[in-house]
Amino acid sequence: MAATKKGLTTVAIYPDWCKGCGLCAAFCPKKVFEMDPVAGKARVVNEEECVNCGFCELHCPDFAIVLSPKNTDTDSSNNPTAKAKP
Amino acid sequence: MSEVTQLIHHYLRHNKKFPHMLCAGCGHGILLGSLIRSVHNAGLSKDEVVVISGIGCSGRLAVYVDFNTIHTTHGRALTFATGIKMANPELVVIVLMGDGDALSIGGNHLIHAARRNIGVNAIILNNEIYGMTGGQCSSTTPQDCFSMTTPFGQLEKSFDIVDMALASGANFVARTTAFHAQLTDEVIGQALANPGFNLIEFFSPCHTQYGRKNKYKNAIAMYQDLKSKTMDVDKYKALEESKREGVMPIGVFLKRDDPALETRYAGVRAKLQEAKQKKAEAAKAAQAKPAKAKEPKPDKGAKGKETKQDKGDKA
Repeated sequence: MAATKKGLTTVAIYPDWCKGCGLCAAFCPKKVFEMDPVAGKARVVNEEECVNCGFCELHCPDFAIVLSPKNTDTDSSNNPTAKAKP
Repeated sequence: MSEVTQLIHHYLRHNKKFPHMLCAGCGHGILLGSLIRSVHNAGLSKDEVVVISGIGCSGRLAVYVDFNTIHTTHGRALTFATGIKMANPELVVIVLMGDGDALSIGGNHLIHAARRNIGVNAIILNNEIYGMTGGQCSSTTPQDCFSMTTPFGQLEKSFDIVDMALASGANFVARTTAFHAQLTDEVIGQALANPGFNLIEFFSPCHTQYGRKNKYKNAIAMYQDLKSKTMDVDKYKALEESKREGVMPIGVFLKRDDPALETRYAGVRAKLQEAKQKKAEAAKAAQAKPAKAKEPKPDKGAKGKETKQDKGDKA
């Protein structure tokens, strides 16, 4: 199951809201995150490894992480047309 | 999963200052997210939900969410909640309290709210210390742990919130931690659907005030500790007593659906109104009858008056 889900998710961090507690980096099962020692905030380093378990999104105390399904080519071509219709 | 964060943003008050004022690694933010998800999953609108909070770090949570919210005085959040629930039983009332707020300053309110079985969902955010005021020991600081006011270790025993709620007669008692967000979602969802007084204890690590004095290297060490020492209630009950030390059971401890105080009150009101209506109908029926039976009565009254007047004259 996990192998099939890899690479289907986009992981985004709002740097303005991140306080750098490091929960996401410590508990991510696939080590997607890394703490930036200069900025003191988390950053995404291994997005391709993400299996969309949702731990970081549920446990981020500052609501700073967003997981969204990655748009494949077919999706991206569909989306603009869907937006253009209305 | 992208809906999760979008959903949370939908329920936040964006005119407030973000990121919120809680420290890095504080578990309160996790509860706030969990609360929003549970309310959304329960299909409640923003206007149906009332969030009441006391004073302390947990008190700020009510400020950030776009429900009907009240930020009340210290320890009295449950009293406001009781009033609101009795006045309008259709509202879903959620009370967010800290451990000092719920157990020390408002300890009696907690016991009696549980005893009354008023239909309120109380969530106690237990960080084992008075975090906002500078790290004084609270009634939930574990024995031999350090705080600003107990530099040689806490001498007193700590409260077990779950045991107290069970003894006081709450309808639904559960314990979760900041590390178990999915369990928290589930438990709050169950509590929202359950009648009567529902109490949830939520362990929220406070590294700034508690962890630093108790040899936790950082906030993550506290979460790892929560991860390692917690155990499901059912498994915990099956454990031998000798192995139970240092293990924290989590999950739903008690669930029953005794009728809540406001439904009992509504029942009494309905009964009294019915009795009043019957009385009124009986009086109408009596008026409709021929007046013969009533005639002697005024005579008696007149006699009585006369006697009184006589007495007055004599005096």
